[in-house]
Amino acid sequence: MLRLPLLVAALAVAFPAYADADLDALRAEIQHMKQDYETRIQSLEARLQNAESHADNATQKNETAQIAADSSAASNSNAFNPEISLVLQGGYAKLKDIPERRISGFLPDGTFPGTTRGFSVNETELVMAANIDPDFRGSTNLVVTDGSVSVEEAWFQTLSLGNGFTLKGGRFRSSIGYQNEQHPHVWDFADNNLMTRALFGEGYSNDGLQLKWVAPTELFTELGAEIGRGANFPGTDRNQNGIGSYALYGHVGGDIGDSNSWRGGVSYLSTRAVERSGTVADFNGVDTNTAFSGDGQTWMADFVWKWAPNGNATVNNFKFAAELFRRSEDGNLSCDDLDSANPSLCSGGITSAYRTTQYGGYAQGVYQFMPHWRAGYRYDLLNPGSADLGLNNANLPRPDYKPARHSLMADYSPSEFTRLRLQYSKDQSMPNQNENQWFVQYIYSLGTHGAHSF
Amino acid sequence: MKNLRLLTLLLMAFPAFAHATLNVFACEPEWGALATELGGDAVTVYTATTAFQDPHRIEARPSLIAQMRRAGLAVCTGSELEVGWLPVLLRQSGNAAIQPGQPGNFEAARYVAMLEKPSLLDRSQGDVHPGGNPHIQTDPRNIARVAQALSARLAEVDPAHAASYQARLKDFNNRWNAAMARWQTEAASLKGMGIVVQHLAFPYLENWLGLKQVAVLEPKPGVEPSVSHLAEVAARLKSSPAKAIVRARYQNPRPSEWLSEHAGIPVVVLPFTVGGSDRAKDLFGLFDDSIEQLLKAVR
Repeated sequence: MLRLPLLVAALAVAFPAYADADLDALRAEIQHMKQDYETRIQSLEARLQNAESHADNATQKNETAQIAADSSAASNSNAFNPEISLVLQGGYAKLKDIPERRISGFLPDGTFPGTTRGFSVNETELVMAANIDPDFRGSTNLVVTDGSVSVEEAWFQTLSLGNGFTLKGGRFRSSIGYQNEQHPHVWDFADNNLMTRALFGEGYSNDGLQLKWVAPTELFTELGAEIGRGANFPGTDRNQNGIGSYALYGHVGGDIGDSNSWRGGVSYLSTRAVERSGTVADFNGVDTNTAFSGDGQTWMADFVWKWAPNGNATVNNFKFAAELFRRSEDGNLSCDDLDSANPSLCSGGITSAYRTTQYGGYAQGVYQFMPHWRAGYRYDLLNPGSADLGLNNANLPRPDYKPARHSLMADYSPSEFTRLRLQYSKDQSMPNQNENQWFVQYIYSLGTHGAHSF
Repeated sequence: MKNLRLLTLLLMAFPAFAHATLNVFACEPEWGALATELGGDAVTVYTATTAFQDPHRIEARPSLIAQMRRAGLAVCTGSELEVGWLPVLLRQSGNAAIQPGQPGNFEAARYVAMLEKPSLLDRSQGDVHPGGNPHIQTDPRNIARVAQALSARLAEVDPAHAASYQARLKDFNNRWNAAMARWQTEAASLKGMGIVVQHLAFPYLENWLGLKQVAVLEPKPGVEPSVSHLAEVAARLKSSPAKAIVRARYQNPRPSEWLSEHAGIPVVVLPFTVGGSDRAKDLFGLFDDSIEQLLKAVR
């Protein structure tokens, strides 16, 4: 750009014939040209700067576009499939050969299978869940065992009621207590606690509706009510239009510092049974067939406390859980021979009033002593309380034996999807039973595995 | 007049009624700090986790459900970082405003370019995130991008304070840009520095400062390293040396300390998020301290 003024200057030098005046004019001309070029350079520089900033904007826009494209790339044809997870459970159990395992003093849930001896595959759970639309979520939990698929849970839940309300409908595990709502793969021990087993078999679920409300307070406060068919133990299915059972409960919870959190609650369950069958041995040890009709009222109190240093559960953490219950049943109990070839004291069938009030509970602690490794202890104790069987007081024993059990377990979870467990239990559920039980268990979670509750 | 005084007294006794502020539920401290920067007095921020906690592994505690119930805006990282606990909070809160797809549900990872998107989605690869590495807060340029989006979201959820949010964003951007320029010059000598990381928690930081990740202590993301794996890493360091072992505040100190002893290189503990060190009181302190800690290792 400076070439032109230079050329002019060179020419000026080459032609000295020009007079001074001309030279001055030339100088002025050169000066003028110089200025002219400088302004042009400045304007070019400004334009360059402008272009650069535009380019910057363009890259930014490109980036945003790329981010947008990235997020849209995720929506392929199977993106709307439900979240599917499969839980594989099985193991080995070393148990005594006791043909009919019962919990002394408690009428059993006739439908609940006991633990299989030796090697076995336990329940295989298939869970599918998804948000249905902006307003609802749906979930189903199918349990596959040999020759049958049972619908453990199949429910819808509202997402948009707001104001702390959530409505659930369909078949669901009741939110009473703490352990009840949990599926076997999240249990801290290989088998269920005696309390839940005596009260509900595996756990209380219902076909019906559940309404929950969370209060807008800093202290977690949740109130819930459930109504439903009430077909499950301790109720029975009845051919009726009305409500078979209802439950009410409240939970509160919070944190103490960063390291401690807790939840406690009280629950009430009302059930109704018609001709609920069971097997009870008479005074001579002969099994009788019993049928109970009447009302059941169950009160439960639950408390859970979790500790982790600074709330970081990766290396060490501790969990304590305890529940207590009081159940009273009021109605009629009829008993008859289970096997006519082996007559019992109830021969011919005897129906009489039946009134019991029973208690029990469990307490357990599980400590993670290093990453992946946990150890735990659980104590179960039940109290058959008081029982009045009317006329049948003469036929059926009313044991005052208190079933108890101690369990010790250690488990190893190399990842959050795998758990391997060894458990030892000293089971004293029945009088004269002092059984050493051993369990080896595996739990594998495949696929998208949903988050777990507290 | 008497009534008015009574009313004022009542209002003072219940500050919640005095001026309706927007309740913000921040999943991680960095978003809590950003919401405070951008919201000021117009927001009440609750931060669900601390710098001492692993954001992948948080209990869906009752206290968090109670806070989610009250929230008008939930600000989380997304990209499945909180997949193990956040969905429970959302569903059990009974709060319609913060459900996925609602304006009250803000995922920061949507507004930045994600790194380390896995080409193979299989659990044999460890704790992989299909959307990409979620630890986006270690690059201040990401913070700037999220700030832009979060400010707009605050104004959408709480239009009454839109002007204030806009003004605060402008102010924040000015301070943030100045700080970024400063950090860039301070950290110039870190370029090309070889580091060993405990968890794949720093790709964005590496990308920003030009650090070179030589090895990872976790054999697979989220899997605690065994001693044999650590020995392998120590052997590898002989051929490709590193200046420091970097871990986040919340991570188990033992693996990095073991390697530090055996490989003779220092451990740099980065705050990783706001609150992770005394200096990391806010977002500015977070990067001030992070760079200083890294510089210490080079000196």
